Amino acid sequence: MKRSASTGSKKDLGCRPLPGVRRKHGRWRQPGTGGRRDLGPQLAAGLILAALWEAGVRLGGVPDFILPAPSQVAVSLVKSFPIIAGHTRVTLYEAMTGFVIAVAVSFVLAFVMDGVPVIKKALYPILVISQTIPIITIAPLFVIWFGYGLLPKVIVVTLVCFFPVVVSFMGGLQGVDGEMYDLLKSMGASRMQIFRLLKLPGALPSLFSGMKISAAYSIMGAVIGEWLGAKAGLGEFMRRSMHSFAVDKTFAAIIVITVLSLGVFEIIKLLEGWLMPWAKYAARQEE
Amino acid sequence: MKKIEVTGISSKYEDLRVLEDISLYADERELVSILGPSGCGKSTLFNIISGLIKPDAGKVLIDGEDHTGKPGRVSYMHQKDLLFPWRTIMDNVIIPLVIRGEGIEKARAQADKYFPVFGLEGFQDRYPSQLSGGMRQRAALLRTYMFKSDIMLLDEPFGGLDAITRRKMQEWLLQVLEKLGSTILFITHDIDEAIFLSDRIYLFTERPASVRRVFTVDIDRPRGSKTFTSDRFNRLKESILELL
Repeated sequence: MKRSASTGSKKDLGCRPLPGVRRKHGRWRQPGTGGRRDLGPQLAAGLILAALWEAGVRLGGVPDFILPAPSQVAVSLVKSFPIIAGHTRVTLYEAMTGFVIAVAVSFVLAFVMDGVPVIKKALYPILVISQTIPIITIAPLFVIWFGYGLLPKVIVVTLVCFFPVVVSFMGGLQGVDGEMYDLLKSMGASRMQIFRLLKLPGALPSLFSGMKISAAYSIMGAVIGEWLGAKAGLGEFMRRSMHSFAVDKTFAAIIVITVLSLGVFEIIKLLEGWLMPWAKYAARQEE
Repeated sequence: MKKIEVTGISSKYEDLRVLEDISLYADERELVSILGPSGCGKSTLFNIISGLIKPDAGKVLIDGEDHTGKPGRVSYMHQKDLLFPWRTIMDNVIIPLVIRGEGIEKARAQADKYFPVFGLEGFQDRYPSQLSGGMRQRAALLRTYMFKSDIMLLDEPFGGLDAITRRKMQEWLLQVLEKLGSTILFITHDIDEAIFLSDRIYLFTERPASVRRVFTVDIDRPRGSKTFTSDRFNRLKESILELL
């Protein structure tokens, strides 16, 4: 009697309180949005690492041109900031140009491959094989072909960026709900309407996950391109610093590269939230 | 003339006979149920009636015209709501109108009139994931209604809801149909639901499905929660149960 009463009251509460409790554990949170407020452990870990590094360099008597202490890197970053800022502008310009081209090319390519299976069959293996060629081995060729200007860097960035976008976006286009597809078909929707109403919005999350990876890669791509021969840019700055044994400046550039990569990643994430306003509700949806 | 009539429908799936000589009809404003075990081919019948599949034999007549194998004449609602998570309820509901080529603003204005009728007033700008299961089904029904309003095929529309919500939705459906005046073919495997909603019930056999018996539900309208305990209801339920 008592038993049935208690299960009865549990049923009355229904599933209302349960999702709330589970949500607290973050099960339906999108990865990366969870610990925003809880920065303590990360900061502490970072500070401890920096402190160990600092102590190791000072107590061990490691020379500056082998490994500078974090404090020295910080000082060097502030001191040479005007110069670094100029190089950063060049690198950022190359990275963003290459990234935008890559996304545009991927979009068209994925659209065509999704619409015409024959083209997908023909191109997809080539795309995959093209990714097995280490970019660092062909980048010098671009310098030979296109010189020391912006173009070879933009090409490297485009090559690095476009693969993750095209693969994930096409996966998204092909993975749309079959029943939703049939529903639109039964209402007489054209292929273009199905793309606009179902495929494109359905594939946006995949497109954005590809773009987030690419955005972070774009800075690295530009730096690699510059490293192999350039007039300006963070890669060129790093190469120059290395040659003059100013390792502290190299580290300063690394910090800037890291911040830039994180920055473009976050910008894509903001764009994602802005273009997909439903996602914050959908993440909470019970299945 | 019957509003919708299917005569002698047979269908095979590869070597498997799914439907065998099915004939049924619905008059204008009638709600006719197809009651049968799960997987007996009821959904295949709906695919045929909606024109998505061609039958191996038989005809689909709507307003006396042959519509066999021609899609787009009737609207069809599935058990799953199939609302697009990235569109608001309003923008989900107007999808049929958008496909037809109407302007967004005009379509929205047209659909907006029906939100109070479907109990969705104030939820136009919500996303599907913000709504309860019952409300999502109502939104899906409104979208179905926006496609074709005079004949709707409902394939276990409340099958995914909990028992309490389902009961409420059944009463709600009867009320809203009073206002809409649509002709409904309704698939269910719930005997109570079939009796409560229908003017007529076609009891199907197991696969290959054929019509085992037709029951006329002579229970007065409007029906309410008391209907479920009335004598007529129980007598009808008994005779259906005997046949299963």
